[in-house]
Amino acid sequence: MNPVQAAAGLVFEEPLLWERGRPGRMGYSLPRRDVEETPVPEALAAEPPEIPELSEVDLVRHYVRLSQWNVAVDTAMYPLGSCTMKYNPKTNERQAALPGFALAHPLLPEALCQGALELIAALECLLAEITGLDAVSLQPGAGAQGELAGMLIFHAFHRRQGRPRSKILVPDTAHGTNPASAALCGYRAVPVASGGQGILEPEAVARLMDEETAGIMITNPNTLGLFEGHVAEIARIVHAKGGLVYGDGANMNAVLGRVDLGRIGVDVLHLNLHKTFATPHGGGGPGAGPVCVTRRLAPFLPVPRVVHREGRFFWSEDFPLSIGKLQAFWGNFGVLVRAYAYILSMGANHLEEVSRLAVLNANYLRVGLRGDYEPAHDRPCMHECVFSDARQRPHGVTTLDIAKRLMDYGFHPPTVYFPLVVPGALMIEPTETESKEMLDLFLAAMAAIAAEAREQPELLREAPRRCLRRRLDEVQAARKPRLTGSPPAP
Amino acid sequence: MMRYLPHTPEETAAMLAAVGVDDLERLFDVIPPECRRTRPMTLPGPMSEWELNRHMDGLAARVTPWSRARVFLGAGSYPHFIPEAVRFVTQRSEFVTAYTPYQPEMSQGTLQAIFEYQTLTARLLGLEVANASMYDGASALAEALLMAVRLTGRRAVAISRAVHPLYRRVAATYLDPAGIERRELDFGPEGTTDPARLADARQIAAVAVQSPNVFGCLEPLAAFAARAHEGGALCVAAFSEPLAFGLFASPGSLGADIACGEGQSLGIPPSFGGPGLGMFAARLAHVRQMPGRLVGETHDLEGRRGFVLTLSTREQHIRREKATSNICTNNSLCALAAAAYLACLGKRGLRELARLNRDKAEYLKRGLAAQGVRPAFPAPTFNEFTAVFPPGFRERYLRLAENGLVAGFPLERWYPELSDHYLLCATEVHERADLDALIAEVRP
Amino acid sequence: MKPVSELSFPEDLRYVESHEWVRLEEGIARIGITDYAQDQLGDVVFVELPEAGKTLARGAAFGSVESVKAVSELYMPLSGRVVEVNAALSSSPELVNQSPYGEGWMIRVEPSAPAELEGLLAAADYRERLKG
Repeated sequence: MNPVQAAAGLVFEEPLLWERGRPGRMGYSLPRRDVEETPVPEALAAEPPEIPELSEVDLVRHYVRLSQWNVAVDTAMYPLGSCTMKYNPKTNERQAALPGFALAHPLLPEALCQGALELIAALECLLAEITGLDAVSLQPGAGAQGELAGMLIFHAFHRRQGRPRSKILVPDTAHGTNPASAALCGYRAVPVASGGQGILEPEAVARLMDEETAGIMITNPNTLGLFEGHVAEIARIVHAKGGLVYGDGANMNAVLGRVDLGRIGVDVLHLNLHKTFATPHGGGGPGAGPVCVTRRLAPFLPVPRVVHREGRFFWSEDFPLSIGKLQAFWGNFGVLVRAYAYILSMGANHLEEVSRLAVLNANYLRVGLRGDYEPAHDRPCMHECVFSDARQRPHGVTTLDIAKRLMDYGFHPPTVYFPLVVPGALMIEPTETESKEMLDLFLAAMAAIAAEAREQPELLREAPRRCLRRRLDEVQAARKPRLTGSPPAP
Repeated sequence: MMRYLPHTPEETAAMLAAVGVDDLERLFDVIPPECRRTRPMTLPGPMSEWELNRHMDGLAARVTPWSRARVFLGAGSYPHFIPEAVRFVTQRSEFVTAYTPYQPEMSQGTLQAIFEYQTLTARLLGLEVANASMYDGASALAEALLMAVRLTGRRAVAISRAVHPLYRRVAATYLDPAGIERRELDFGPEGTTDPARLADARQIAAVAVQSPNVFGCLEPLAAFAARAHEGGALCVAAFSEPLAFGLFASPGSLGADIACGEGQSLGIPPSFGGPGLGMFAARLAHVRQMPGRLVGETHDLEGRRGFVLTLSTREQHIRREKATSNICTNNSLCALAAAAYLACLGKRGLRELARLNRDKAEYLKRGLAAQGVRPAFPAPTFNEFTAVFPPGFRERYLRLAENGLVAGFPLERWYPELSDHYLLCATEVHERADLDALIAEVRP
Repeated sequence: MKPVSELSFPEDLRYVESHEWVRLEEGIARIGITDYAQDQLGDVVFVELPEAGKTLARGAAFGSVESVKAVSELYMPLSGRVVEVNAALSSSPELVNQSPYGEGWMIRVEPSAPAELEGLLAAADYRERLKG
């Protein structure tokens, strides 16, 4: 079995848009003018901006060539830890493109958008059922905004109790967004070290939790791929001091149908629909970050909320304790449609199977890799497993070199140098949609790279060789930033 | 078998053996009983692809799309024709199913496309640098105000009441918990905000004005910029319809320090309000305080041009609680659509399309006025304007809406003092006959 | 990253544990970061410095230094008023790597509490702490 998945095909160089354009071309068919011209007041008129001019052929070739420089889930295994790069079903694209969804104006009178409102209400119910929480808002435009919504709910809740708080507990394995979101509400993040087993220990939380602390932010399973087994006890400790528990649902893919977040004691949870619910990542977005809460926090959810009365759906602003609005309109509806379609396609049984296979795949890689790479914690994992470059460093090879060499084998690298608690981390999340033979190829590639690291380390240090570009100079990019193309010649 | 799950029973068995576990459920032994669900999930489905299509078609059929051209709504989301070439290139699955371009050697397509987007956005908005995009226009405004607070160290901002009310509410959500004071500037009978009302420029971090504003009117942006700068404050120019800058002067050319707004107009379907595109541009001198991702040009080991994410020390994953923002998404695919759309139009096409939009709206404005439905404000407008209907029009409006004709947006919902004021939008998708039909239908 | 034994710590400078150095020049303290600090950071891409004229207490952050993937705060080894900043660093941050004790200096400070000088570390003591 040849683990080298990458082959050299004919890939094209492609200039920048404005280098390709020629004045006088156009890629758009302007509608026929059927109304007379109205002169523009001279004081207001301006030269139009320097936008390049391309024919439709130029435009299509330009972007198709650029697209060929990307590796994506549709081309290769993309085991980026904590990002859950699973397959994005094609039928979901069809659903989101239906004219009734894609071409619906957000301010349509409610009578003209009952289908969209029903979809929103239905998806809220599905996510409540999946998480075990009571109420859901679909408004946040991404995971980080869902997280911000969660912190705003903490803030509003404590203020309502008459005692605003100043601190928040954040484990050392947390995503960087956690402290950044908390800071936006004026909270000071207090780090909590995870224990020797890679998970939080109740004693550590008990030592830090006090009545100045708004609560704790927990990612479960955590970024080491481990289930926070003491989470229920930790929640009791936090609640006893009047605090709240925030769940970062970024890694929900591991526990679908198994864990009841409400029962655990999680008060607020955000989900990343682009992770667990198979909506495409789009090269960085758009995503969607619904926020789910317990009954007592429901009054604080963003507005407006969809309500159902006498067989019809309405927007309601009648929630005086709400944290307010996070997006101009109702959230990333186009993303919600895809997630809704995914859940209906799967049903409860297949969603449970998703978690089973995601965890099986991660453990299969964990067992397959530990002969060559140093595991951060050598015990069963959930959806992802974390290794380090500890065994390769003596050969002068780092995690970055391993990641770049994987490209030559035709795999997207795992997440590197995260979580921060593991020096030189390689965080690997295969997801459930990779087959055994693909995992075997990945293991073979990783084994071959480990051998190269011992015998020909320069192969790694000079990697990648098969990509369109070799390693890029990030130091130069940061020292002398060039963030836009040159202005066109006058 | 579920078609997204590739494991055969034999493969699952072999993998379990490799892991040393005899049953799939044993993989979850680490989850203590007190964390487990007490009952299985109850969900509809699974639906076959065919069943799903029928179900979704049924829901979508109960929504009126603008393609019927009888919806005259703007107010932050604009109906524009999207060329098939633009739709096609943004559906390329190499763009759609890639992640954030953290590994530049495998992501040059996304990176170059974003670099091009940043460049075209900076040119369109008349500023030196644009980020890789944000969630939407409203959150972009909130982030702009927070950036002004960081740059000036002042903890108050002034916001025109003619800034889109939903944008102002999002700004409130972001600013209030941080203890940043919001001062409102009222609009006048012209439909615009009077720069003379800005008396406290020495105390505020920024003044935010939207142009065209929520009534469709062009604001005196240059005068605001001048007054803000006299007091050491920043001028933040919001917008919801960037196509206007194909015809009218850009915010940057009028002196704005930050231009931020919604880019949905540029090749992105309205999708019931999202995903949109938060466009954000600023001066190069302020780039270190700018939120959001940035792509920069560099070269590879062999000296060939290439692109990388850069200046990332501003961002949450490195600076954590000291980051410029908690944002770690850009609406990348929407940014790609906007750049492709702009390039599809080109300089001349953009000018022509913008002119046509204004002309359609002016035609509608004149036609309505001839029926006694006069414009509410004298200030110049782009492709939407506010008209005052005769008292009691509301009932008629609802009846027309039931029949799929939406005669604008009733501004009373946002401004109780503006009863009978409707915000009407006409773009290139409305043919003259559609406009005539509206004029005829609303005849008093 | 180099072992401590290969790094240089000139004898005529004084050091603090947060990895800044101080050189006294006719009553004015020149301040920068040590060879160890620049080596740990890697390629420096940006240095943020205060405006001249600013008065800062010992231990207060006076700026920050950034590499591609990390950012570190800079701390005042002494209380005093900033009289000059190294303008060359804004266009050539690489000077911090190339010459941490020379052209890569950061600020010059007029000390307001000369007694604080007593608390600074000699080169040998600083080197010792790095090993510990």
